[in-house]
Amino acid sequence: MIAHPPVLALVLASTLSALVMVPTFVFALRLLARWDPSSGNEEQLKLEKTTYLVSTLVAFVAVVELASLAAFAFNADRMAVLFVGAMCAVGTLNASSYGFPTLVAKIAVFFAAFVWLVLDRTDNKGRDYPFILQKYWGILLLALLVVLDAALQLAYFLDLKASTITSCCGKLFGDAGLGAGAELAGIEPRLALVLLFGGLAITIALSFGTARSRLMGRLLGLASPAMFAIAIAGVISVISVHVYEQPHHHCPFCLLKREYGFFGFLLYIPLFAATGSGMAAGLLSALPARQSLSDVLPPLLGRLSILTISGFALFGGLSLWKIMASRLTLM
Amino acid sequence: MIELCAVTKTYNAGRPNEVVALGATDLTISDKALTVFAGPSGSGKTTLITIVGCLARPTSGRVVLNGEAVSGLPQRFLTEVRRRTFGFVFQRFNLVRGISAIENVMLPAYPIGTPHARLKTRAMELLSSFGMAHRAHFNVEILSGGEVQRVAIARALVNDPEVIIADEPTASLDGERVAHFLAIAADLKARGKTVIVTSHDPRVTGAATVDRLVTLADGRPADATP
Amino acid sequence: MTALSRTRYFLDFAVSSLLRRRWRTLSLILVYSCIVALLGSVLLFGTALRREAATQLSTGPDIVVQSMIMGRHDMLRAADLDALRGLRGLRRGEARLWGYLYDSSAAANYTLMANADTAPGEALVGEGVARARKLEPGKLLFLVSPAGKFLKVRVKSVIAPKSALISSDLVLLNEADLRAFFSVAPDLYTDLALFVANPREVATIAQKGAIRLPGRRFVTREDLTRSYESLFSWREGLVLVILAGAVIAFAIFAFDKASGLSSEERREIGILKAVGWDTSHIIAQKLIEGGLVSGTSFLIGFILAYAHVFLFRAVLFEPVLTGWSTLYPRFRLTQEIDGLQVTSLALLTILPYVAAILVPVWRTASADPDEVMR
Repeated sequence: MIAHPPVLALVLASTLSALVMVPTFVFALRLLARWDPSSGNEEQLKLEKTTYLVSTLVAFVAVVELASLAAFAFNADRMAVLFVGAMCAVGTLNASSYGFPTLVAKIAVFFAAFVWLVLDRTDNKGRDYPFILQKYWGILLLALLVVLDAALQLAYFLDLKASTITSCCGKLFGDAGLGAGAELAGIEPRLALVLLFGGLAITIALSFGTARSRLMGRLLGLASPAMFAIAIAGVISVISVHVYEQPHHHCPFCLLKREYGFFGFLLYIPLFAATGSGMAAGLLSALPARQSLSDVLPPLLGRLSILTISGFALFGGLSLWKIMASRLTLM
Repeated sequence: MIELCAVTKTYNAGRPNEVVALGATDLTISDKALTVFAGPSGSGKTTLITIVGCLARPTSGRVVLNGEAVSGLPQRFLTEVRRRTFGFVFQRFNLVRGISAIENVMLPAYPIGTPHARLKTRAMELLSSFGMAHRAHFNVEILSGGEVQRVAIARALVNDPEVIIADEPTASLDGERVAHFLAIAADLKARGKTVIVTSHDPRVTGAATVDRLVTLADGRPADATP
Repeated sequence: MTALSRTRYFLDFAVSSLLRRRWRTLSLILVYSCIVALLGSVLLFGTALRREAATQLSTGPDIVVQSMIMGRHDMLRAADLDALRGLRGLRRGEARLWGYLYDSSAAANYTLMANADTAPGEALVGEGVARARKLEPGKLLFLVSPAGKFLKVRVKSVIAPKSALISSDLVLLNEADLRAFFSVAPDLYTDLALFVANPREVATIAQKGAIRLPGRRFVTREDLTRSYESLFSWREGLVLVILAGAVIAFAIFAFDKASGLSSEERREIGILKAVGWDTSHIIAQKLIEGGLVSGTSFLIGFILAYAHVFLFRAVLFEPVLTGWSTLYPRFRLTQEIDGLQVTSLALLTILPYVAAILVPVWRTASADPDEVMR
């Protein structure tokens, strides 16, 4: 283990999140077993009171996980000097087999918490606890994800040893390399762009229909995470090389560095927001219709789809701008 | 109109210190009238107004407010109904110390998010109507008993509620102030408000302006005059 | 719109609520700021030291070649440098002559180094040496070798403390003066410094060089950076782990403050709930209070840490994090604030605080609204 201050901060953050989610998990089980809104007995009142605590705790975990997702990526970049062969975050993440799984778990926790908070807000607007049971099934899932994330991250940091020999983005995303990274980097630029902008067009079109059609909403719920994956693939295969203006530099992390004007943030923040809200809209469309939400749901779906549309549009626009303005021409 | 059907309230149910504060109670409170709940302390009248005023939920039974069953509402909606429908004047007036009279009057409107200028004007109007404009910016600790009472009533009115609930409002007041309070209650009724008062004070229960007197004993209404 | 003005009301009420409990708020902010200042100093100092080292290394050679005998460092010959000439990609190589001298009068170790630009009888001294021996340009510096030889040189200038961490104990001399002082044969050198044109080829050149010069050690700049980095990280991490106790104590303090409500406060929350505030409103208002306290304390603590490290040269930490000689540089560290360090500091301090108050806040906020009637 490398007891570097950001590492300690990240371990503290994930441990606290996990500690918060364990009792929440137990409470969710109790609520699922005992919930009875028609009763006015003290147990029901106590369950109801505790739901306020759960909402607050999940919001806390979401904020912490968002901060630690950013810090995790940055820290990986900063720690690259400790490993032979590492030049950026990729090298650090690659220095242990737990590195990339931890990153994926962190992203998953962020999206799960985001979607859950939207569901919570929606449920709070209905006068008959319309989605209380779905919400607490969700808590069970979220708690498992948070604990998994904390465990993976701890395993990762414990496994890291200074002077580990690792390979960096040049190898992982190199055109000649093997494995998923290289596959992505090797995608024909024209194909990648068609996939990226085609996908964006479809996803945005679905978002426009979400407030009116439940089917479109459900499709958006599936399309958003797919779009997220396509977007990351697009970043690796074409967008990154145009930002760096080097035909063989495919790294999706170096974008976050100061040398490239923190362009990665500009690109990833709208992408995460759009994906999260698209998934939330999808979930709300997939859950059974409720009378008590008939006034609330359409405007809420409208707001979520505006966020989805503007996020994906911003991502697409920025990518297009970078590709056009780049001195590198692949096509 | 507020209707209570078979409402009960039990504290610490199933434990040795179980208390049945309210036995099965059926009650209808009509609009634009002054209703008084009378009875000795421990008779359940405070429990009854906490349930009528949506401060607490009944253990069983239904509370129907203007046709909507409110007893099964989630807590946040119960709070919303309470904020919109009821204004409270508490026994010891319960102003928040350390802040000014006008801020105390404005407090119930904070969660609504009324624009500040509008809320301030409204609070000032209310204080003026009780002759308290000159004391609006004083901290409440330095106000006299009568002034505190008037600030508490102004606070109860700030969200323009349909129903005003006063719990033992005259417990610590002299005869002149009791008369004053009854005059205010009559005036509120004349303005179309429903007024509900709990009291064991004969100066209130025997007042001519009372439309209906509900006497409680041992956690249930013993008798009612029309 | 209403959500905005609602938040403003909660903010106003939070401020007035904190001011009403002035002493409690102040004591909390005091303790909180101290914790932030303590941890912040460690982080800022660590970052600044790391940066100093990086600056120093970035101007240094790409590869250093040392001769080894029985695992110990030995002198090289000039012929070794000739053997490396012609290596493809090697831009420049130089043989360096330098050594250490313990000065018993100042109880300090100096690094004596030959410098091509220094004339015989002259010296350039580091800032620490100048301080220890009260030197300034034009004054004379007397040195005594372990063998009892004397050297008298005139100080030409004091080396500008651009990266004082490493140059502080430096004395630059003419090569002939240095050889005479230490009685070193003309052909011997301490090590070789190699400069490489393309940084990507450093490792390859070191490998090829090692084949031409077996038995010599090739240390690349990356190796040095890595060992510096892990050294600093370790020490910093160690200090932070020790400070974890302080953070836990602080979290308990915060938990206690947040849960030990006065009866006045309990009454106040009961009133708010009775007049129509929801549990979520009270939680929001209390968290705004916590946010204000955290923000203020973080700012104060960070400013204190900044002042401590950069204006007062981290006086409290010198022995822990550097701790070698009396020549510890008396310099101003290059001031740098780094986003990751600030985020780490926030996670390490604000997170335990917020986590400690969440449950007490909720417990406070979920008081029954009918309590004021009882």
